[in-house]
Amino acid sequence: MATIVAEATGQAILHEEHEQSFLRKYIFSTDHKVIAIQFLIYTLFFLMIGGLLAMLMRYQIAWPARGELPLGGIFPETMVASGYILPEFYNALVTMHGSVMVFLAIMPMLVGVWANYLIPLQLGTHDMAFPRLNMLSFWAMVPAGILTLASFFVLGGAAGAGWTLYAPLSARPDLTGVGLGQVLWLVALVFIGLSSILGSVNYITTTINMRAPGMTWMRMPLTIWSLFITAILALLAMPVLSAAGIMLIFDQTIGTSFFLPEGGGQPLLWQHLFWFFGHPEVYILILPAMGFTSEILSVGSRKPVFGYTAMVLALVSIAFLGFIVWGHHMFQSGMNPTLGLAFTVSTLFIAVPSAIKTFNWMGTMWRGNLQLHSAMLFAIGFVAMFAIGGLSGVFMASTPVDIYIHDTYFIVAHIHYVLFGGSLFALFGAIYFWYPKMFGRLMNETMGKIHFWLTFILFNVVFFPMHGVGMVGMMRRIYDSTGYAHLQGIEDTNALITWAAFGLFASGFLFAFNFFWSLKKGKKAGANPWNATTLEWQTPSPPKHGNWEEIPVVYHGPHEYSHPDVEDKDWLAQNERPDVVSPAAGSH
Amino acid sequence: MAHAATAGRVPERGLDVYTQKVGMWVFLCSEVMFFAGLIGSYVVLRFGAADTWAEPGDVLNVPVTAFNTFLLICSSVTMVKAFAAAQEGDQKGIKLWLLSTTVLGATFLGVQVYEYTELVLHRSWEGSHGFTPAAGLYGATFFTMTGFHGFHVLLGVICLAWATIRAWRGHWGADNTHGIEVLGLYWHFVDLVWIILFTIVYLI
Repeated sequence: MATIVAEATGQAILHEEHEQSFLRKYIFSTDHKVIAIQFLIYTLFFLMIGGLLAMLMRYQIAWPARGELPLGGIFPETMVASGYILPEFYNALVTMHGSVMVFLAIMPMLVGVWANYLIPLQLGTHDMAFPRLNMLSFWAMVPAGILTLASFFVLGGAAGAGWTLYAPLSARPDLTGVGLGQVLWLVALVFIGLSSILGSVNYITTTINMRAPGMTWMRMPLTIWSLFITAILALLAMPVLSAAGIMLIFDQTIGTSFFLPEGGGQPLLWQHLFWFFGHPEVYILILPAMGFTSEILSVGSRKPVFGYTAMVLALVSIAFLGFIVWGHHMFQSGMNPTLGLAFTVSTLFIAVPSAIKTFNWMGTMWRGNLQLHSAMLFAIGFVAMFAIGGLSGVFMASTPVDIYIHDTYFIVAHIHYVLFGGSLFALFGAIYFWYPKMFGRLMNETMGKIHFWLTFILFNVVFFPMHGVGMVGMMRRIYDSTGYAHLQGIEDTNALITWAAFGLFASGFLFAFNFFWSLKKGKKAGANPWNATTLEWQTPSPPKHGNWEEIPVVYHGPHEYSHPDVEDKDWLAQNERPDVVSPAAGSH
Repeated sequence: MAHAATAGRVPERGLDVYTQKVGMWVFLCSEVMFFAGLIGSYVVLRFGAADTWAEPGDVLNVPVTAFNTFLLICSSVTMVKAFAAAQEGDQKGIKLWLLSTTVLGATFLGVQVYEYTELVLHRSWEGSHGFTPAAGLYGATFFTMTGFHGFHVLLGVICLAWATIRAWRGHWGADNTHGIEVLGLYWHFVDLVWIILFTIVYLI
């Protein structure tokens, strides 16, 4: 096996390759690239599970009185009885759709996959600072996944108190009828926290200490900047959730009353702790997506990122503001209006760096030589969807508006515009973009483009009408809306949303097919299929164990496209010797 | 400027601090947030229900824990001594001080187990027998905070025991001090957290 010895100086030295056993190479691997692929398979699986839960929910929302759930017979009587989804099961669907998507699909896909894959490759190092810790951060996710799946099949079913786990609903089994399922999910959450913290320690340390020579802070690709800032957010926010989650487990199991008013505890304390974690979490879920988008847009427009420094500063300020706005999730909790105003103002401030980023993306594309491949389409889709999601966020930041739309489908629309239209679009883009580096073959472009257009159109048909449904007043977690006078007349809209959602889910299988088909049949990629400048493209696809024969030396910024001093091509790799390429470029 | 970096010689990069130490500092930031979550909740809960708190010393055995605190502070001193011995390559000193730190840490845990047993079996709380995590917010916060600290001490003692075994195998020396330094950082952090916990849980 190739051993990577961290020396006293923090530099890794690669020894010659040895044969590794299958188990060490693919299962208990310490190679960051293999760990990233493990994370990718894991998260794609849970993306499908989360989608499946959403499909069941959508069926119930569109046809609450119809029964006859197709294939309803395969579910146990505790979930689906005579074709009807039971209310308790619906609660579990709502809760676990959110929980699985946030904690087991999107977050580990953004960070577990791409921070692992890209940080050592784009920074020009042989591996992470702590490869074994890195392996542990993947394997801590495995019990989390197993516990989550198992929780559906225990007495009382899976957790049903919402993904936000508000106490006392989540703390007292007699209120939801869910006992063990809730505990299992919380234990899973503690494992996820552990994985996330160990991962973050690795990402931060690697970025601080293991950059290739010449890779100064302001020459780091924006992907790395965004993943680095995200790791700091996760490092500081996840332990607070772990502490709160453990207290909640104690409330459920050993008779404490941290969040139970009858024992002197404070339900509001849970909300504060949860959202102190929860709001940075929102940025954990979007900042890496912003990084991928910046990268893909720059490569696909053959232009440097517009306003690189402003982009970095915007990332930093979003991260900082992210820690002081958690109260905007709690306007309805009876907080002091003055405090509410403070949270409104700090939240509105976030619109400024977000707008800087959005305009800079457009500036990057402006008059560029646009290459509209699948990755680029998804990146452009990200910008468009993020703009809508960001703007609806401004509505919510303002207390009076928020009180009106609180806990309605307007909120559901908003979260999906940023998390699906935002994060997941960027993730699809990232997969199309870096797939050739991971597996040595390109994904099929035709299928990729069909996948994009299906996703883009159906996504908007699903989630845009939800704004309107929410304005009418449809409640966010309602099981059956037919009994309410004010919700008459939205049945057709809900049925439309459901049909489009089925199509959206189905389009995911086209992506999955493309993913596996291209492993064997995709076009051979070569080292640098996109003519990109960053370091990962300057090594073979897929890179060997240890990434480089010799650590590259960095001479240029990360996005030197259409460089005026280079004549025969429109890009300048970060590690190209200036005197070899063009003497004039060296003076920059 | 870039010509200084020629093939075959890798220039300095990153911080002037070795990677394991950076990693430990980063990890400790996360630990600070974990204990901040617990301690912050404690403060909020206690202010919200101050009348349910017992007077210092009524339930908890402060003198025994004060002695335990003293042990933990001593173990920080022996940890520093172990690092100093390692820097000088003093093999006898490394063994002596690492072993002392391990024993002091283990003793702290032993005293804590004794304290818990006494509380659960022999103290009474609001008329009922036994002071347990279910004994109001006072019991819940007490056992949660000291328990998680104890868990951190346990992890530290396991690592220290491993470091001590390695000391007997001659692993540490003037050219190999990093492991001891990094473990020391963790150990001092655990000690510092205890001083805060002892103050807010036992003394006020």
